Amino acid sequence: MPDIIDLTLVELVDKIRKKKISSKEVTAAYVDRSQKSKKLNTYVTEDFEIALKKADNFDKNPNYEKKLPGIPIAVKDLFCTKNLRTTAGSKILGNFIPTYESTVTENLWNAGSILLGKLNCDEFAMGSSNETSFFGNVQNPVGENLVPGGSSGGSASALAAKLTPTTIGTDTGGSIRQPASFTGTVGLKPTYGSCSRYGIVAFASSLDQAGPMTRDVKDCSLLLEVMSSYDRKDSTSVDFKRGNYLKELNNSIKGKKIGIPKEYRVEGMPKEIEDLWQKGINIIKEAGAEIVNISLPNTKYALPAYYIVAPAEASSNLARYDGVKYGFRSKGENLIDMYEKTRSEGFGNEVKRRIMIGTYVLSSGYYDAYYLKAQKVRKLIKNDFDEVYKKVDAILTPSTPSSAFKIGEKTNDPVSMYLNDIFTVPINLAGLPAISIPAGIDSKGYPLGLQIIGKAFEEQNILNIAYSIEKEINFKNKINDWWM
Amino acid sequence: MGIDLKTVKHISKLSRISVDDEKAKKLEADLNSIFSFIEKLNELNTEKIEPLTSIAETNLQLRKDEIKSSNIREQILKNSPEENKDFFVVPKVIE
Repeated sequence: MPDIIDLTLVELVDKIRKKKISSKEVTAAYVDRSQKSKKLNTYVTEDFEIALKKADNFDKNPNYEKKLPGIPIAVKDLFCTKNLRTTAGSKILGNFIPTYESTVTENLWNAGSILLGKLNCDEFAMGSSNETSFFGNVQNPVGENLVPGGSSGGSASALAAKLTPTTIGTDTGGSIRQPASFTGTVGLKPTYGSCSRYGIVAFASSLDQAGPMTRDVKDCSLLLEVMSSYDRKDSTSVDFKRGNYLKELNNSIKGKKIGIPKEYRVEGMPKEIEDLWQKGINIIKEAGAEIVNISLPNTKYALPAYYIVAPAEASSNLARYDGVKYGFRSKGENLIDMYEKTRSEGFGNEVKRRIMIGTYVLSSGYYDAYYLKAQKVRKLIKNDFDEVYKKVDAILTPSTPSSAFKIGEKTNDPVSMYLNDIFTVPINLAGLPAISIPAGIDSKGYPLGLQIIGKAFEEQNILNIAYSIEKEINFKNKINDWWM
Repeated sequence: MGIDLKTVKHISKLSRISVDDEKAKKLEADLNSIFSFIEKLNELNTEKIEPLTSIAETNLQLRKDEIKSSNIREQILKNSPEENKDFFVVPKVIE
């Protein structure tokens, strides 16, 4: 039998059900490896002792009917976990202990899984390299001093380094798909309204979605099935018929029409990415799908519109961090002074920058010029997708315009950092589902991903297309455990 | 259009984030670079476009306003930076 840590989630579930391994053995294996991997800085809070106890309890009283029987899982530290510190990667939340559980994590525990700990992320999920976290950089297991991407960087790193069998992240502009691409893993952002936002620390509420981050497409289908649910506690949760994504997973894409948008051939994109995209096109053609050249003319306006909408919503969502009810407080001469010092010392530079952009674009006299304009552009971007979806079933693009970069390489230029999300942001603006799968490596040996974008609520379709490409590419992540 | 130092100070006031002169200068440069990127939107004529107000296109659900969690007062107050038995404590507001 292969090592426990080398098994996929679906294989683990099968082995536990067949009583070939116990939850305790699995949990102990991951705890052990996580403890030896502190150099990666993936965990903000470990919950190992309790996890081992829970695994013991599962083995004593097992329920194999559950979808994730006794499976240990570490999660992004943006999900509120009852009675366990939740930081969102920020100093300002201090030692905040939630009194409630996020719906998505509750769904995981109800399916039989066990919390291993909370994973590092960019502060309030604002970042594309995990460098804005108050708790420090995360190392990408692919190579030393390489960023894992962000904001779900700790999740992607822990997953690729096999410190957790599977994990979850959140995606506001690419925060699941970009780190998945940088670490050679699979990440899916569901349709807006598929996974409940209840109990997730809010960044930009009209864009935020939780989603699975996994080793392969099968695992992704299973985890999405568990995470997605209609929830009255989230007013934008959508009551639609959710699929049995794993059971219905198949690689038959014959007759599907797949769009290739010309606007994603951006200037300066490395040839390797261009080639990889072509490889993906050839694979789906070979599998019997029809390739259709399409145009999404407003693509270039997506990122500028995003940098109005997301900071505007963030400035409003983050107004609650005032040093009164929870978290960090700085001393002030009076109430206002206390607010201003608390927020100045409690937030990091990127978060402050975005709060200020958001405050500015919403301030008196500027609302029409910026926020309203951006909402109109958002409409145009959504119209672009609506239009092409009359002709195609899904869209294939690269996930990112580059592979993982060095720590510190882009920290001094916010705009160059923002450009990382050029291929992922339009999808959030339009509320659509998209998956990133590893599809190859560049000349440096770093993973590159392909993105499949679907119609709203058609997650099964993009999973099937991803599955058919995955089977052909047979990507193997080369990770040599350099940090151990 | 550019954002000057005075505007940076004004935004920092509105954001309730204190900013010293050195930080304000850095922010002025950063914000100007970000806004010159954002200004790209001005190329587009959006006069006749309806703004997108909701992506989900469903009516927001209403629910009864009921108390569902009980006896968590102590836990909630424990999270506050200045603990008190019954209240959240802030610096003196009324002289």
